Amino acid sequence: MQTLELGYNSKIEGDVVFTRLDAALAWFRQNSLWPMPMGLACCAIELMASGASRFDIARFGMEVMRFSPRQSDVMIVAGTVTYKMATVVRRIYEQMAEPKWVVAMGACASTGGMYRSYSVLQGVDRIIPVDVYIAGCPPRPEALLDGMMQLQKKVSRQPVVAGLTITSMLKGNSKPALNAAPATA
Amino acid sequence: MPTPLELAVKLRERFGELISAPTEFRGEVALDVCDPERIADVCAFAKGQLGFDFLLDLSGVDNYGADPRWTVVYELFGLAHRCHLRLRTSVSEEKSELPTVSTVWRTANWHEREAYDLLGIRFRGHPDLRRILMWEGYPYFPLRKDFPLAGKSSEIPEVAFTRSAPLEGGPFVTTAGGADTADREPRARAGRED
Repeated sequence: MQTLELGYNSKIEGDVVFTRLDAALAWFRQNSLWPMPMGLACCAIELMASGASRFDIARFGMEVMRFSPRQSDVMIVAGTVTYKMATVVRRIYEQMAEPKWVVAMGACASTGGMYRSYSVLQGVDRIIPVDVYIAGCPPRPEALLDGMMQLQKKVSRQPVVAGLTITSMLKGNSKPALNAAPATA
Repeated sequence: MPTPLELAVKLRERFGELISAPTEFRGEVALDVCDPERIADVCAFAKGQLGFDFLLDLSGVDNYGADPRWTVVYELFGLAHRCHLRLRTSVSEEKSELPTVSTVWRTANWHEREAYDLLGIRFRGHPDLRRILMWEGYPYFPLRKDFPLAGKSSEIPEVAFTRSAPLEGGPFVTTAGGADTADREPRARAGRED
């Protein structure tokens, strides 16, 4: 039976791969999204299941759950965001380094869910920008993984080089990009 | 081993007219304490002399529209004699204050803070009467009957804000008795005519 060859074949192409720098960087980026697990309710249990061996989020390069916002790329808001917690969620989001993305996991994080109540924020998008919403109460791990794959697609489409501080400096723009550390010569 | 009713009678013998006749409902004995100012004395006696060494719960009731508006309920339990006793006392809305029992049972500290936070009943002599669930500066008492379920807008800069929640049109609004599953299922009803 003939098998179809996909991707890079070292026998034909040798040790050389031709691609655009932007595409390569985006490829690195989308396959090493480190999540900030913002586990607030039962959705966090499904998030943990996604990290364990049966669903294995490591297949997508996302197994490195970072509990420090400085080291994470994507915040997975898993659970009910109360108004009391909203300030904390916002602060942790602001502490994350650019580029950063947010996934609203489940009904509560997306819209407040069934909690039409005085104490619950009606969707985390009221305080931070959300890239992917995942339906479910709670979503199954497959749904989370699908949402993360949607995020990967989104990340792969975003230009990398144009957003770098060094790019804007080379173009003679003295003002560095927002939230970027000043480059030292 | 004493029964809850016997212990209730002993409490009545000590305090006389202050304590109402015990009522029994589904095997649970309850007493009304007529003067809320004496509740700490009654509780101290119940713990010290009658062996009620465990305060199971302390809760507030809002009898909205009736006078007195507040009822505070104390659930007493003795680990040695395994008897349960319920004490109730009522406070008017104008007063909204009664003595703390956190000096009797230390666990009452957080229970009384919760009652203060959600209903606005103050406990005199409490060592640390701050809000426990909502944040300092939140202007309302959200478990009062005249507080809307959707909440009210508030804003404490750098601490928290609230907005009133939409009670219709969200993704979890269910139509009971709908014709088919698509109609019955909780889903977005925004833009409906009714």
